[in-house]
Amino acid sequence: MGEGLFSQIFDLLFTTSFAASILRVTTPILFAALGGLIARRCGIMNLALEGMMLTSALTGVVVSAFVRKAVLGDLMPADAAYEAVSGRAVAAGAAAGFLAGVLCSVLMGLFLAYMAVQLKANIYLSGLAINTISTGGTVFALYLAAGEKGMSSSLNSCTMPVIDIPIIKDIPIIGEVISGHNIMVYFALLCVPLVYYIVMRTSTGLRIRAVGENPNAAESVGVNVKKVQFQAMALSGLFCGFGGVSLSMGYVSFFSRGMTAGKGFIGMSAMNLGNATPIGTTIAAFLFGMFDAMANILQSLSVPSQFIASIPYVATLIGLIVFAIQTDRKTKRLKEKHSK
Amino acid sequence: MTSKQIERRFDAFKTFMAIAIALGIAFIVISFVSESPVEAIATFITGPLQRKSRIGNILEMMTPIMFTGTAICIMYQANQFNMIGEGAFLIAANLTTWFAVTHETWSGLPLQIACLRVGIVTGVVAAFIPAILKVKFKANEVVSSIMMNYILLNVSNYILYYKMRDTVSGQQASYKIPERAKFAKIWTGTRVHTGIFIALAVAVLMYFFIYRTKWGYAIRMVGANANFAKYSGISIVSVAMATQLIGGAIAGLGGSVEMLGMYDRFIWYGTQPGYGFDGIMVGVLAKNNPILVPLAAFFLAYMRIGADVMNRMSDVPIEFVDVVQGLIIMFVAAEMFLSKYKHKLIVNNAKKQLEAKEAAE
Amino acid sequence: MPEEILLMDKITKVYPNGFVANKDVTLSINKGEIHALVGENGAGKSTLMKVLFGIEQPEEGKIYIKGKEVKINNPLEAIANGVGMVHQHFMLVPSLTVAENVVLGMEPKKNGLFDFEEAVRITEEAVNKYNLKVSARAKVEDLPVGFKQKVEIIKALVRGAEILILDEPTAVLTPQETAELFVELKHLRDQGHTIVFISHKLNEIKELCDRLTVLRLGKSVGKAIVADVTEQEISKMMVGRDVVLKVEKTKAEPKETVLKVRDLRIASDTGRTIVDNISFSVRKGEILGVAGVEGNGQSQISEAITGLLGFQNGSITVNGVDVKGKSIRRIREMGVSHVSEDRMTYGVAATSGVKDNVISDRYYKKEFNKGLLMDKKKIEDLSDRLIKEFLIKCDDRDRAVKMLSGGNMQKVVVAREFSNNPKLVIANQPTRGIDVGATEFIRKRLVELRDEGTAVLLISADLNEVLELSDSLIVMNEGHIAAYIPDASSISDMELGEYMLGVKKQTPEEIARVAYD
Repeated sequence: MGEGLFSQIFDLLFTTSFAASILRVTTPILFAALGGLIARRCGIMNLALEGMMLTSALTGVVVSAFVRKAVLGDLMPADAAYEAVSGRAVAAGAAAGFLAGVLCSVLMGLFLAYMAVQLKANIYLSGLAINTISTGGTVFALYLAAGEKGMSSSLNSCTMPVIDIPIIKDIPIIGEVISGHNIMVYFALLCVPLVYYIVMRTSTGLRIRAVGENPNAAESVGVNVKKVQFQAMALSGLFCGFGGVSLSMGYVSFFSRGMTAGKGFIGMSAMNLGNATPIGTTIAAFLFGMFDAMANILQSLSVPSQFIASIPYVATLIGLIVFAIQTDRKTKRLKEKHSK
Repeated sequence: MTSKQIERRFDAFKTFMAIAIALGIAFIVISFVSESPVEAIATFITGPLQRKSRIGNILEMMTPIMFTGTAICIMYQANQFNMIGEGAFLIAANLTTWFAVTHETWSGLPLQIACLRVGIVTGVVAAFIPAILKVKFKANEVVSSIMMNYILLNVSNYILYYKMRDTVSGQQASYKIPERAKFAKIWTGTRVHTGIFIALAVAVLMYFFIYRTKWGYAIRMVGANANFAKYSGISIVSVAMATQLIGGAIAGLGGSVEMLGMYDRFIWYGTQPGYGFDGIMVGVLAKNNPILVPLAAFFLAYMRIGADVMNRMSDVPIEFVDVVQGLIIMFVAAEMFLSKYKHKLIVNNAKKQLEAKEAAE
Repeated sequence: MPEEILLMDKITKVYPNGFVANKDVTLSINKGEIHALVGENGAGKSTLMKVLFGIEQPEEGKIYIKGKEVKINNPLEAIANGVGMVHQHFMLVPSLTVAENVVLGMEPKKNGLFDFEEAVRITEEAVNKYNLKVSARAKVEDLPVGFKQKVEIIKALVRGAEILILDEPTAVLTPQETAELFVELKHLRDQGHTIVFISHKLNEIKELCDRLTVLRLGKSVGKAIVADVTEQEISKMMVGRDVVLKVEKTKAEPKETVLKVRDLRIASDTGRTIVDNISFSVRKGEILGVAGVEGNGQSQISEAITGLLGFQNGSITVNGVDVKGKSIRRIREMGVSHVSEDRMTYGVAATSGVKDNVISDRYYKKEFNKGLLMDKKKIEDLSDRLIKEFLIKCDDRDRAVKMLSGGNMQKVVVAREFSNNPKLVIANQPTRGIDVGATEFIRKRLVELRDEGTAVLLISADLNEVLELSDSLIVMNEGHIAAYIPDASSISDMELGEYMLGVKKQTPEEIARVAYD
């Protein structure tokens, strides 16, 4: 081990494929974090990010496979018309799967809002309950759809297209890192300014912030607090839905049980670390994405894989601590400054 | 009727309705997916009681979730939403096994006691991290304990794989736990073991602890209104720490008991056994009252075994139980669920009392 | 014949806990008048207004606006019907600007985005039209109380409120701010607005209002033209008897110093200095009153003494023992009792029973425990005794405190705080928002405690209360002590008001007299 191991690690980390994988791995985390951000801004701690992503991942796969099959009809690969129809079928399947997956997540966001806002259920418990329902429900549904409980490999589902960015793709190194990703990667990056505008610049965002800070004040001027919370949870679901679809229809074309593997929670931690600001949240999401990517890449080395698999979670814990210490120091500094 | 009686009666009714609605939804789904829904549902309901072995299965299954359920009760009484039950249970089971397989030479009782101690200490240590992060750094314990669960799962995997894997067994399993470390079976033809008494004892003890001791009082006051408790001179930090550590200890003890009672080898590799989340369900159903934990655990175990029987006898996958479980948690936890009915109860009662008063005057 | 703009007809409201807040209440308001809605705390004024504003739904009764029956299901519908409300606790979002607060719920838009400049314009237009001076771009959290109230009024007016409800608007204001408010309200009335003014300050009603309606115990018991009735008559309608708030007490005989506060400085989390370098002492057997408009550092002083809040500089000693760094329990064991101003946050655990609430400061002591378990019998005896002694009206000792009226809830608090042989009682707004009976009872007990040799620090925004109860008095203004009056009976309200507002201030030497050893 020793020197050899470290040089191996460095060799792996300073490669374009590693840099590219950060982008790839961060995508679902970033989506989840943005979903958590909007919920938190209106005063709701959404613990169901995980379950919402998981369900939309499965829905995307099942619907895309179903639509693809419907478009293809009875055509077999051997048929002459197959080639022509096949492309159309994949496109239709991908689009339908994307929409269905996202819609499903939005509905779950609304359901959670109904439980928490309308029926005043404890938000932690109902969030976790959604996760429980999703964990079991996806396996249940997968069994019904594919006849198996582990993976959806028997379903011919579709993926979202890969994008080669003109010009940039030809630049050495940068091209390899930035170009040639799944469309969801670019979409995630676009969602950051989008969320910023929604939260900080629109009247809905103003209301979401008002409701999160002082719901009574918002209600007293006729803002329908419940409606705003439903809107925020629908938006939260929307971004989780993007995240879920990016998992099962991005780089892979299947659903496997529990495939979110804590990404929802890591996203939520990123949001916490970024104090629910769009920029901070994004930076934290990339940080965690980097750790996750490192875990993946270092697995090929002789380090026990369990330790590497723990890195994102340990990082999250450390992140929580660092953030808390920072806040604490800031308060103390302010106090000291004024007590002189 | 006093307002307290109304409250209690309503709570029971609400829990019943939550269960009824969740099961109702499940039955509707079953009737869509199953070829023979009536039989499937009948199997689900009566299946668990049809054989002695299945009744045994219920008792076997409720044992671990009584531990995690009681742990949740203690922590939730003080509003500490620590989810460490899952991880504490797993890592305690793991280390108990490791201890047992490396201390084969010890004689029966000392070995058992030492194993249980390992479980308790492990649970405390596991719970300590989210607890200290909460009180020291105000880190949300829900998030950090869930992160801890993932970390502990990896630690458990590591220990199993590198420290006690029996390569002869042909699967990811530990060496065999020495026979003399194991709990005695108490019902022939089943695997029900003496651990169930420990579980019951813990629930009863914790009931007294919460409702009859000064420590329990402090815990309840912190849960009822933390500011009030602080203002009264109760140390919120100590209560928050103590409840989480006790919760961890109970969950850890549960891991040990489960291992020594039910298993030959430690075999949980790569997945969480899920008892922590079952414990949340039990705690919620029991309204955080440890004395109701056995009842709630029995119900959940019954449902599980019913689903298992149904899974084997018909075409309905067992995972539908998770869905039912999630729905029940939500409806029981939903304050406003059936609130209109409750309001009516109270208004009617107030009217009656008013009339009675006026009649008396 | 004046035009009736609002009629609330036979309104009945029952809360989920079974409390009948309004029973067949009828309220009739004419256009262009300032109508007082008076009654003791808990008489149902706020509930009635919540019904009008759509926050609560009545079980029975109808609402007519301009002769037309309306259903008001939420505040939005109230606003649509021209009803605006200025709440007792401001309904503002602190981190947003004045303009954003003003337009919240009716945000102007440009290209689909929120148009901040337009919001500023709308706000400034209202500011000028109604002569309510406040800066549209300021952040609300940086504004003083009086300005926040103006923001609230602007909010209602911008939404086209013709009927403006003000729920105890003067409770948080200085006399000067109150005078300013009254000028503004009369100006609004002259422009054709109708105002419902909720208060239990009779002198204000005499000064401001045209007509009044009286509520008592959830029922409407009378209405009158203000000019035709005297304050005594109104007071009789409100309580059914003459209000006796005089507290019998002898001259204090102060002994040795119990509480010593020296050079105390407290900063908020955001770094604002709240208490700035103050020193004072309280002696055994005297009541030292702390007068001042709320939010001038009084609460922070009480919390610093009792250990709830840390402080940066200075020292606090009780009977010679420094409290700095001591736990709240340790401070309580030194004989310090604390009636917090915030009953629901600190005073009680609302969902717990009376019994659990009265033992929270002593439950751990040997006398209440038998071995590992608590001594049920002793605890029950104690709570029964306190319920009797403090006249707490409750069905039984396990009744949840949230089911009790405000006055009885406060009696639960004082039963606990006064019954543990305190050496020093910190009473912060001890009778705020509770009925006359409970107020009288608690004030009497405070004097009794003094006579038994307890040192009492009485913090109150109720001038009547501090003047009646205190032996000597300090006045707080913006974190400083503005005056020390050794004999509280020697000062007039007017003079006190001037100290409270910072118009007048004693010399440092005069103030330093309160820091005796």
